[in-house]
Amino acid sequence: MNETTTLTELNGTELAHPSVPAVSARFPGGILRHEVVAGDEHIVYVDPGQSFAILEWLKTDPDQFYNYLSDVTAVDFGGGRPLQVVWQLFSIPHRRHLRVKAELPLDALEIDSVAGLWASANWLEREVWDMFGIHFRNHPDLRRILMPEHYAEGHPLRKDFPLRGRFSRAEQTRRALEHNPEDDYIPSQLEQGRAPQVVPWREIQQPGSTPSEGQES
Amino acid sequence: MAKKTLEYQLSRTPEMGMDFRPTPGMLAPVELKEPSFDSENMLINIGPQHPATHGVLRLVLELDGETVVRCIPHIGYLHSSFEKLGEYRDWNQVIPLTDRMDYLAPLIYNCTYAMAVEKMMGVQVTERCRYVRIICMEMDRIFSHLLWLGTWAIDVGAFTPFLYAFQEREKVYKLHEAYTGARITTSATRIGGMMADIPQGWAEGVREFVDNLPKTLDEIEYLLSTNGIHLGRTQGVGAISGEDAINCGFSGPNLRASGVPYDVRKDRPYYNYEEFDFDIPIGEHGDCYDRYLVRVEEMRQSCRILYQALDRLPEGPINVDDHKVSLPSKTDAMNDMASMIHHFKLVMEGVKAPPGESYFAVEGSKGELGMYVVSDGGSKPVRWRVRPPSFVNLSVIPKLVEGGMLADVIMVNASLDIVLGEIDR
Repeated sequence: MNETTTLTELNGTELAHPSVPAVSARFPGGILRHEVVAGDEHIVYVDPGQSFAILEWLKTDPDQFYNYLSDVTAVDFGGGRPLQVVWQLFSIPHRRHLRVKAELPLDALEIDSVAGLWASANWLEREVWDMFGIHFRNHPDLRRILMPEHYAEGHPLRKDFPLRGRFSRAEQTRRALEHNPEDDYIPSQLEQGRAPQVVPWREIQQPGSTPSEGQES
Repeated sequence: MAKKTLEYQLSRTPEMGMDFRPTPGMLAPVELKEPSFDSENMLINIGPQHPATHGVLRLVLELDGETVVRCIPHIGYLHSSFEKLGEYRDWNQVIPLTDRMDYLAPLIYNCTYAMAVEKMMGVQVTERCRYVRIICMEMDRIFSHLLWLGTWAIDVGAFTPFLYAFQEREKVYKLHEAYTGARITTSATRIGGMMADIPQGWAEGVREFVDNLPKTLDEIEYLLSTNGIHLGRTQGVGAISGEDAINCGFSGPNLRASGVPYDVRKDRPYYNYEEFDFDIPIGEHGDCYDRYLVRVEEMRQSCRILYQALDRLPEGPINVDDHKVSLPSKTDAMNDMASMIHHFKLVMEGVKAPPGESYFAVEGSKGELGMYVVSDGGSKPVRWRVRPPSFVNLSVIPKLVEGGMLADVIMVNASLDIVLGEIDR
């Protein structure tokens, strides 16, 4: 059921998805491959450099008109394989679903934000940043969302992240007690757009040594 | 210099109309000096421990007087890393995690997860299982909306509808318990079917619940729809246009209140929902009041679906007849070799899903609930992602409350119908 087929094979069959030939004709170099999974779900793999242009075209072109962004997420297969960013698009007028993926190598986890196209991407991209450490360029407010702002153990949904976290339980407790909750009430917290830097977790403060500033990742 | 009219009168004078208000032109306008306040905006923090935030939501509000200038929500206080935990469990062991996300409609989450994995594996469930799941999902839609209706009324200051709604919810709790043995953490589905067939008399119990529900709904609706305070606090509050609602990712009753007839049951049909006769209520103004109306009407439509599903509930097996997916009966496992091996493999290793992935969306009680599962051929998910409807709905709250009054924040938050267990996951 998980078959990679060429576009010419698919055209003219009931499996064909009208958006797939259209988008490959519009962006010949941007569409890397096409896949059909679970019977009727179409995935288009795009070049990460052109992802924004392709998604913008998919949203605005009247024949495609994917005006509803259901979900933005990422998949880590582990073993040093590239991370996949996944956009689940839906077109309410055409009643059509399309999944778009971009593969990012582990040393270049950066991609354009689509928060300017769909406002729903704002929090979803923040969650992907928080959980996978993928940096979204031009995001209006890229902060951690589910983990605390001062969380220093890395990005939990990566496969190299152990289930119980990187620090020992004692270190985690110590950090939690050390944190001053009033720091979360200062007005500067309301300042938007404090985009954090991409810091690989190995460069972050390791447990055992003295805690210092600048641990926000 | 602003012109203001003094309107204070203690008793009715000949200058006043019948409604005790001064007739225009009778009182001389008084010139009042506009005072200059040398003020700065005030920061106010609501939550995370506040009953009106419906969980552990924290809102930081910047106020100019009583007007909200900026609203910044903070979430994550209930983060339990369900998605990470799922990667360490086999496909069936994930099911107990799903009902702990949305404990207000646990069966919808159980069913959606099983449906997504079955779609990925290409497993066709039996006809009886399909109907039982539809009954479970529609029942829990009512279950969730009833809680929303009760707490919504509390937020507006009315206590009685809360008691009425919880009286009905108790019946669903009892039905949950009769079927699954648990009132909230149901864990009712398995890959390829359900944990068990429905017990005898359960379908009649659901029918009795559906028979009695409209009467309670009528009472609650009468109490709220004729209540001046309720109308005043919800009409025109937190309005959003249909176009903006789509762009912001609204789904479910919130989106339909803005006049967009997008319902996953109609637009991306699953489980042959098109064979049921029901309507999709849509609102006109997209304000809090329309969200209330849409949800109340949705409960009535769910009753229609439940009647049809109960009438057509077929006989037959509940689980698929494939012992690589679903457990053989205990008698078989004890008596014949093949069944025993299947039983052993399924219990010790779990279901094996072939490599692949699937995104399966259903119309949950809060909106479009999607489950995205990725398998590499093993018995554990590589990725199990929940597309959380409340999470996306909540992300719109700054847009809805900014520019409004502080008191409206509570009503807007209540109208979105969020559940923090699913937002934080």
